[in-house]
This record gives sequence, C-alpha cells and structure tokens, in this order.
Amino acid sequence: MSLINAFKISSTGMQAQSARLNAVASNMANAETVSSTDQGAYRARKVVFEAITPANAQPSAGKSATAEVRIKEVTQDNSAARRMYEPGNPLANEEGFVFASNVNAAEEMVDLISASRSYQTNAEVMNTMKSLMLKTLQIGQ
Amino acid sequence: MLDKISGTLSTQGTALQLRARRQEVISSNIANSDTPNYKAVDFNFSSALQGALSKGTKSAANGLQQTRSGHIGGNGLTRSSLEIATQFRAGSKPALDNNTVDMDVERANFADNTLKYEAASRALSGTIKTMQTAINGN
Repeated sequence: MSLINAFKISSTGMQAQSARLNAVASNMANAETVSSTDQGAYRARKVVFEAITPANAQPSAGKSATAEVRIKEVTQDNSAARRMYEPGNPLANEEGFVFASNVNAAEEMVDLISASRSYQTNAEVMNTMKSLMLKTLQIGQ
Repeated sequence: MLDKISGTLSTQGTALQLRARRQEVISSNIANSDTPNYKAVDFNFSSALQGALSKGTKSAANGLQQTRSGHIGGNGLTRSSLEIATQFRAGSKPALDNNTVDMDVERANFADNTLKYEAASRALSGTIKTMQTAINGN
C-alpha cells in the first residue's frame, strides 16, 4: 500500500525537520551564553540529514526509488568563539575576557525559516495523503 | 463477460496503484528536500502503466501466493509487484549540497498526481456503479 509508505516517508521528513528546529532553538537560546574558556564556549549545532532506503521497499523498484530521511549526525560549528572584554563578569578569566558562543543569528533565522517551511510542506503532503486514502476507501459507494 | 469486468477493473486498479506509487516517490523527494547529495527521482507514468498492463494484469490481481508446499498454485500465477523504473529527474541544477530537489517542480507534480489519483479513483468508482446498475436493473 504505497500511500501508507508515503505517510511514513513524510513523517520521517517531519521528524528530521523538527530536530533541525530543535537545533535552531538551542542555538538561538544559547546565542549569548558565555564561558570563561574558549573550549567551554557554546558552539552552534547543525543537524545533517541522510536519505535511507526503507528496508521493506520493493526490490523491483530499484535501489533509489524512495527514501526516508534520517538524522545522520549533529555537527558542531568549530569556528572560534567570540572573545569579549567584560572584566565585571563573574565568569571572566584573569585577563578579563569571556568567551561567547559562535552562533550566527542571521544564519539561524534562515535555517529556522527553511526548516519550518519544509515541515509545513511535509505536513501538507500527509494531509493530502490522508484525504486520498479516505477517498480510496469510498470507491464504489 | 466476467473477464471483461475484471479486465476493466484491474486496468483501473493498476493505474490507481501506479498513481499511489508515484505519490510515494514524489513525497520522498519532498521529504528529502534538505538532504545533502539526494537526487530527485520520478518515473514515467504512461510507460510504467503500459509495462504493467502488457505483463498481464492477471498475475498482479488474481495470483495465489504459495507460502507452504501444500498450497495450490493458482494456475502457476505468481503475484508480482508493480515494477517501475525510476529515473533521476533531469535538468535541475544541484544546490551547493548536491541536492537536486526543486521544490516548485515537486509540489506541482504532487498536486498534479493528487488530482489524477482522484480522477482514477472516481473512474473506478464509476465503473463499479455502472456494473451495479446493470446488475440491479434500476
């Protein structure tokens, strides 16, 4: 039943996009987090997707027929943390510096919009599938 | 008479199955619109339908599956799943992450395929209703 499979595919897409939204939320929330060391500073997290062919896919359909989405890994942006001179900060090191996260707010906003649009599209696909399945059940009535 | 009925029904059923299959393929493209290195795929509906019909619709619809040695064979018909030859969608320039999904194209195709699925299911419904009218006589 292909329509049910499509349901599954869209749901993996939604899961992946919501993980991406989570990463954006985490990055945005920690944009101003500071630390006393460069290593301890928050690094922006990025979710990387990969396509996987479902195990129950029809063998005749070819290797690349349909693919679900899976989160391959969550990577960290290893660029340097922002160093700020804040001697009054209790977290400041002996030279008076604190290390803020390397989150780029503009980049995160773009990611947020892209992820939410993709999520919406997948949800729309699911809705269409649902109505098609309901119509299929009414064949002959 | 009966084989004519089942012939019509199974043609329309195959069309419906292929439409559902294409719907699955397109939704896979949409779900993978942000996956690096994913290549958008699709298949040619008309050639897939012709291929499925020329292979004999009987085997798809009426085959008996033998899962144990004692089972009857059903005239040697085996259930075959619909074979489709998916191809990578040509003409779209890959993005920086090597993804070739073009959301506009996919959404247009999805809407188009949804409409045609509905059309196919209504056609099938109409055939069934026609037969019911013929049977009942009113």
